[in-house]
Amino acid sequence: MSENINNEALDEALQNEVPHDKTVRLMSPTRMVVRRFFRSKLSVVGLVMVIGLFIFSFLGPVFYTQWGEIELDESGKTEYSVSSTTYEVNGQEYTVRQTTEKYLKDNFLAPPSAEHILGTDNEGYDVFVRLMYGGRISLIVSFIAVFLITILGVILGGIAGYFGGAIDNAIMRLCDVLICLPGIPILLIISTILDASGIDAKYRIYLLMIYLTFISWPGTARLVRGQILSLREQEYMVAAEAMGFSTSRKIFKHLVPNVMPQLIVQMSLSLGSMILYEATLSYLNLGVKAPYAAWGTMINIISTNQDVLQNHLNVWVPAGICIVIAVLGFNFIGDGLRDALDPKARR
Amino acid sequence: MALEKNLEQFDTDAILEVRNLKKSFPLKKTLTGKVTQELVAVDDVSFTLKRGETLGIVGESGCGKTTLGRTILKLHKSNGGQIIFDGKDITNLKSKDMREIRKKMQIIFQDPYSSLPPRSTVGGILSEPVEVHNIVPKSEIKSYVLDLMEKCGLRDYYYERYPHEFSGGQRQRICIARALSVNPELVICDEPVSALDVSIQAQIINLLKKLQQEMNLTYVFISHDLSVVKFISDKIGVMYLGSMVEFGTKEDIFSNPLHPYTQALFSAIPQPDPDVKMNRIILKGDIPSPANPPKGCRFHTRCPKAMDICKEEIPEYKDYGNGHCAACHLLG
Repeated sequence: MSENINNEALDEALQNEVPHDKTVRLMSPTRMVVRRFFRSKLSVVGLVMVIGLFIFSFLGPVFYTQWGEIELDESGKTEYSVSSTTYEVNGQEYTVRQTTEKYLKDNFLAPPSAEHILGTDNEGYDVFVRLMYGGRISLIVSFIAVFLITILGVILGGIAGYFGGAIDNAIMRLCDVLICLPGIPILLIISTILDASGIDAKYRIYLLMIYLTFISWPGTARLVRGQILSLREQEYMVAAEAMGFSTSRKIFKHLVPNVMPQLIVQMSLSLGSMILYEATLSYLNLGVKAPYAAWGTMINIISTNQDVLQNHLNVWVPAGICIVIAVLGFNFIGDGLRDALDPKARR
Repeated sequence: MALEKNLEQFDTDAILEVRNLKKSFPLKKTLTGKVTQELVAVDDVSFTLKRGETLGIVGESGCGKTTLGRTILKLHKSNGGQIIFDGKDITNLKSKDMREIRKKMQIIFQDPYSSLPPRSTVGGILSEPVEVHNIVPKSEIKSYVLDLMEKCGLRDYYYERYPHEFSGGQRQRICIARALSVNPELVICDEPVSALDVSIQAQIINLLKKLQQEMNLTYVFISHDLSVVKFISDKIGVMYLGSMVEFGTKEDIFSNPLHPYTQALFSAIPQPDPDVKMNRIILKGDIPSPANPPKGCRFHTRCPKAMDICKEEIPEYKDYGNGHCAACHLLG
């Protein structure tokens, strides 16, 4: 054995044996994931849907300046109502038809035309432009909420997973309690409180989003904790300990980057659910309030106006389609990322 | 008082001295946190290691070799005894003070696959410790790392590559480079070659030897491969069930093994020459559970030469001349 080991020639031969081609640039894990992601048609479709919605909501109003979000079409509208009264005089019937011409200031419920691409709603606002502004609200709000959820979840889940013991126990029991809280009833209470306190309609939704963050972070925290529990037993973490790295470096430079794949999937999936949540809130009149637009608020019109539900599909269907596109888009991206990040998947 | 006196006796040549080191893991705890059952992984181990030497630690699986290595590095908290490194008692150092010492003592792991972070490039893995410990000025880090890579037999264009692109042997070279990036004095090699195939083992061991000469390193080389240990070590420690049963220079241990366990262990070394008659001592039974070790001498359940006294009394670990220590009643 020792002769073998001493054989420097063998050593050299083995080292030089494999022809190394410098031109072969192997891909980084991130680039491999990107490639796998774009290989799946569904995730590309999702990406296109989401990017399309972004352009529509954020760049749309820049180019479509005919109408503003809370700009009423005051071109006026003449409404005709016909009434007839029947009189009986000496056995003869006379019908008097009366047509009333009523001139109204606002041009509401206008059908789609060149001036209003999707018509106007029951107040006289342009549906098309409100769709854009509604998209802004929905996207901004869901991004803020997901961002906050992720930060809170990573910090608390990271601490729980890394330190374990009593700290872990405390944080996880807090999670359990928060998961037990019923969302919608508490939202109703908070919304009532907000109504009573008279906060500006525009900022209500942000306060509600902070509340949503507060009840939604446990999901992310549990995910991060679970990942870190298994990662911290890996030998490269022992190596980091042996190197004398500080605790924050170990958590944020060695553990969190390795949780990122799962975290990104979780984030893109919860973006979809946050958009749904926001729409639900607005539909229930808890979120964005008139005169400001949100997709949910636009659909909410039908709850008080039967006529719109039956005869003016152009007012509320586009908002519904936008919600479906956004949620589907984010879910496609999430699924695509999940497959792309799976190390067991084929290259 | 006794401690100060002990420190005075510290051999200035020695880089590492371990005294009566003990490490146990709790198995069962009561609700109040009191340990009712424990597994003693390292029990009363003592040795001294001189600068530039290599100590080979051999023993069966589960005898506490790895735990000993990690306890010396304070990756496990010891339950008793002292670790004296470079003339300084590091046993009870706080983790903050320990960070400074960490750059002087490093570890190479058995599994080159799980011991490299999957999401950093080789360059990133090797420069991070250099940066954290301010080994060289910031502007020189890259050239320092490239220099180190060359020393460890890694090509410069590996710098931008990721660990998953390498074979086991190359990964182990990266691990070695990482351990050496902070200019350590002591390196604990925790079975660095057992996950590699034989030809690569030879390369890695030659590399370790070469680097030891160049950088004046001291190794604690943990292995269960006796031929590898014989090749690389100056001193050898034989462990059985958590305790050191024999310790001495390589020559003493191989030519004159004192402890019956060592004799049995060495009789199991395969001989390349088929004509050589092997005189194997076959041990009966399995290694007892460290959670429930036998009373008296721990080896008495399997010892071919066990006597009555072995079942009752723990043999004393004594020096039998020239630093050749063993723990056996036979040696009286």
